[in-house]
Amino acid sequence: MKSWPVYVLAFWLCAVVLAAGVDLAPDAIRLEAILHGPSAIAWLGNDDLGRSILSRILAGAQVSMTVAVVVTVITLSFGVTIGLVAGYSGGWVDRLLMQITDVFLAFPGILLAIAFAAVLGPGLNNLILALCLTSWVGYARLTRAQALSLRDRQHVQAAESLGAGTPRVMLKHMLPLLLAPLVVEATYSIAGLVIAEASLSFLGLGIQAPQASWGSMLRDGVRYMLVAPHYVLAVGLSLMSLVLAVNVLGDKLRDALDVKR
Amino acid sequence: MLKRLFGVVPVVFGVLLLTFLLVHLVPGDPVEVMLGESASSADRSHLRAELGLNRPLPVQFANYLSRLAHGDFGNSIHSREPVSAMLAERLPATIRLALLALAIAIAIGLPLGIIAALCANRWPDRIATLTSLTFSAMPHFWLGPLLMMVFALWLGWLPVSGMESSASIVLPALTLGFGLSAILTRMTRASLLEVLNEDFVRTARAKGLQEHQVILGHALRAALLPVVTILGLQLGGLLAGTVITETVFGWDGIGRLLVESIEKRDYPVTQACVLVIALIYVLVNLCTDLLYAQLDPRVRYSR
Repeated sequence: MKSWPVYVLAFWLCAVVLAAGVDLAPDAIRLEAILHGPSAIAWLGNDDLGRSILSRILAGAQVSMTVAVVVTVITLSFGVTIGLVAGYSGGWVDRLLMQITDVFLAFPGILLAIAFAAVLGPGLNNLILALCLTSWVGYARLTRAQALSLRDRQHVQAAESLGAGTPRVMLKHMLPLLLAPLVVEATYSIAGLVIAEASLSFLGLGIQAPQASWGSMLRDGVRYMLVAPHYVLAVGLSLMSLVLAVNVLGDKLRDALDVKR
Repeated sequence: MLKRLFGVVPVVFGVLLLTFLLVHLVPGDPVEVMLGESASSADRSHLRAELGLNRPLPVQFANYLSRLAHGDFGNSIHSREPVSAMLAERLPATIRLALLALAIAIAIGLPLGIIAALCANRWPDRIATLTSLTFSAMPHFWLGPLLMMVFALWLGWLPVSGMESSASIVLPALTLGFGLSAILTRMTRASLLEVLNEDFVRTARAKGLQEHQVILGHALRAALLPVVTILGLQLGGLLAGTVITETVFGWDGIGRLLVESIEKRDYPVTQACVLVIALIYVLVNLCTDLLYAQLDPRVRYSR
């Protein structure tokens, strides 16, 4: 019971790997089974085109987790670089970079990602681009705040006086000490990105039909809520279980690594 | 205080610049995307001239700023209506929705957080924490349909969507409010727990005050200060949340206007909606900070 988020996460990871290896035919249309409830062939029922909801949920999980991981890796690298440069350099570089992050932070929540996705147009690549453009800011701020205090530590000053170059000081002497809060932040951001991907797809700005996405499935599910409540429930509960598991894992990591958030 | 006030200026400038540049991020020719391929070349050059897209970028930006200063957000490409009129029509509905959601969040989150802190690690705390965790894992586009299914479709207590009756506001407001109350519960709990260990609380108890006086009169006052700041920040999340919630429930506010404008490729409207939401957010945060300084004598912004 204690480590249930680990089990839930393991379940989704297995499901995603499975979905990649086995052809689940998420796009196979069966007109005779439109909006059917759960059955032996389709365990979670069928959607408005008779496609298996279970297959589509697994395909959607694949998309969702791929987007979350890809965006996290890209924004983590970029944000940490910006944060290290700002915090270590100080002066006008720091002021300029932080002013830029302030502007990004002036757009609440997912608004800026919506705006970027709107002008870039829908599709997987543009979705990833829109999320990357907006989610590096948190890492930059976090890294910069930590780097500011690390800059004056003795081991950093020792490395500097021994002639270590700026990249070496940042990567070898500062970055390892920043890892704990970054890991915690990245964990929470995976959950945030799963929601963000689904939000954009829900609004029709992300993944396009016929590719499965939890967001667009929820939108379709809402349309047929009265006749086929199992559709929206299955997708919603899947999304919720994943997000909840990742968030609880984040809480546990935060406590274990003793990070103040 | 003044420093905080002036600190807003570059941020607002940056927000204006970024929203201005949005249209220029459109891959290819924005005019072609907006009008579609069937438009005549006369229409295109007319729109291009109207939007000033044939002039150098800095000139365009200067014009954009000067038009905004006169309250002119341009015209909708779709309906030819002035965007400012559309905003004026839609904004009150969003503000009404956001305020009610805020009230719901406070009404649920604050008591729940207080109870959780006072019963730390006992079953009321466990329930409150579990509830808030669950709600924070429910994005608006999942919680909204769920509430709609239970209260509108199954029980039939409330209208499904639209804004015809006065009860229409309840479900979207609950959707937004529950999400925010989850965050509020966690913050109130953490903040109150921290304060309860402080010396002045012990003093209050030592001088023989009753427990409810200690909690309500002393601890809570100090504990709520950080919560006010969080609330200010979260109000922005609420504003962004209206985009999805209004779409789910067919609530004709600025969030739905934004989504509609994106679907119609009506970029001046999209641009204006994004700008207005961001500016409201910046303003709310500024007010929260100033309010915080007023409430807490320990905070001095004149450093």
